[in-house]
Amino acid sequence: MRWMWIDRVVELLPRERLVAIKSVTAAEEHLYDHFPAARRADGSVREAMPIMPASLIVEGMAQSAGILVGHAEEFREKVVLAKVSRAELERDAIPGTTLRYTAELRSIGAQGASTEGTVELLDHARPDEGFVRMGRIDLMFSHLDRNMAGIAFPEHNFVFSESFRTLLKTSGIDCPF
Amino acid sequence: MTRDEIFEKVREVLVSALAVDEDEVTPDAVLTADLGAESIDFLDIVFKLEQAFGFKIGQGELFPDNVAQDPEYVQGGRITSKGIAALKERLPHADFSSLEADPRVERVGEIFTVDAVVRFCERKLAV
Repeated sequence: MRWMWIDRVVELLPRERLVAIKSVTAAEEHLYDHFPAARRADGSVREAMPIMPASLIVEGMAQSAGILVGHAEEFREKVVLAKVSRAELERDAIPGTTLRYTAELRSIGAQGASTEGTVELLDHARPDEGFVRMGRIDLMFSHLDRNMAGIAFPEHNFVFSESFRTLLKTSGIDCPF
Repeated sequence: MTRDEIFEKVREVLVSALAVDEDEVTPDAVLTADLGAESIDFLDIVFKLEQAFGFKIGQGELFPDNVAQDPEYVQGGRITSKGIAALKERLPHADFSSLEADPRVERVGEIFTVDAVVRFCERKLAV
């Protein structure tokens, strides 16, 4: 499985905001385990309930916000998720829906950055409703090399890998790495 | 801004950054031992204080960097007198009396009380 949880960056305002989308599809293997049909104690059957795991929605926001933070320093820093300051999700994302992540940079310094983010959901069966608010995810990122005194990491930026490069290029964003 | 007003703002910052209850944030509370702060939380607190008060905080200004890695400051698991003097100069808002009595390096975190953060903000606002 490739660990990319956004499909495309649709807007990037450097050092301010990044918007990315992710379409949830029935081809995603994990949806068959989250959650499978099950027999209840009374013998009745609970239908399968494929919904995107909240942890992966947080990861999607982390990738969106992580690109925003990385881009701010031209991807020189190894940007790693250090803290989920807040995560509130009020709806479920089922196959056939599209998530939209909007990450905003709140603070950035030599050691790291903080972001605030909203998640919205587009149900393609209800296009008139447009993107509806799904929740909020605020994160903290660490610039790895500046926070782990005495620990040496590889020189190359292993955070922003080939997958990120491909994503940025297909999104039409200049990629300096 | 009065000291009480500063304390209230600091309390809001700490409640938000550390997900603690308001009544846990007392002047004597130690950020690490009492309020559960971990390393990344210190950066979160710095960012939130900057937003709350509108001043900039330089790296190492509120919380020191890498004291434990400096052999001049730490020997045999204890902060040297030179280390304590250097910390005092860099962190005039902190109370060192308890660390001076027992300078084990793992106790450095105890100087960062809620009151030390309030004093830091007072000094910044007075400039």
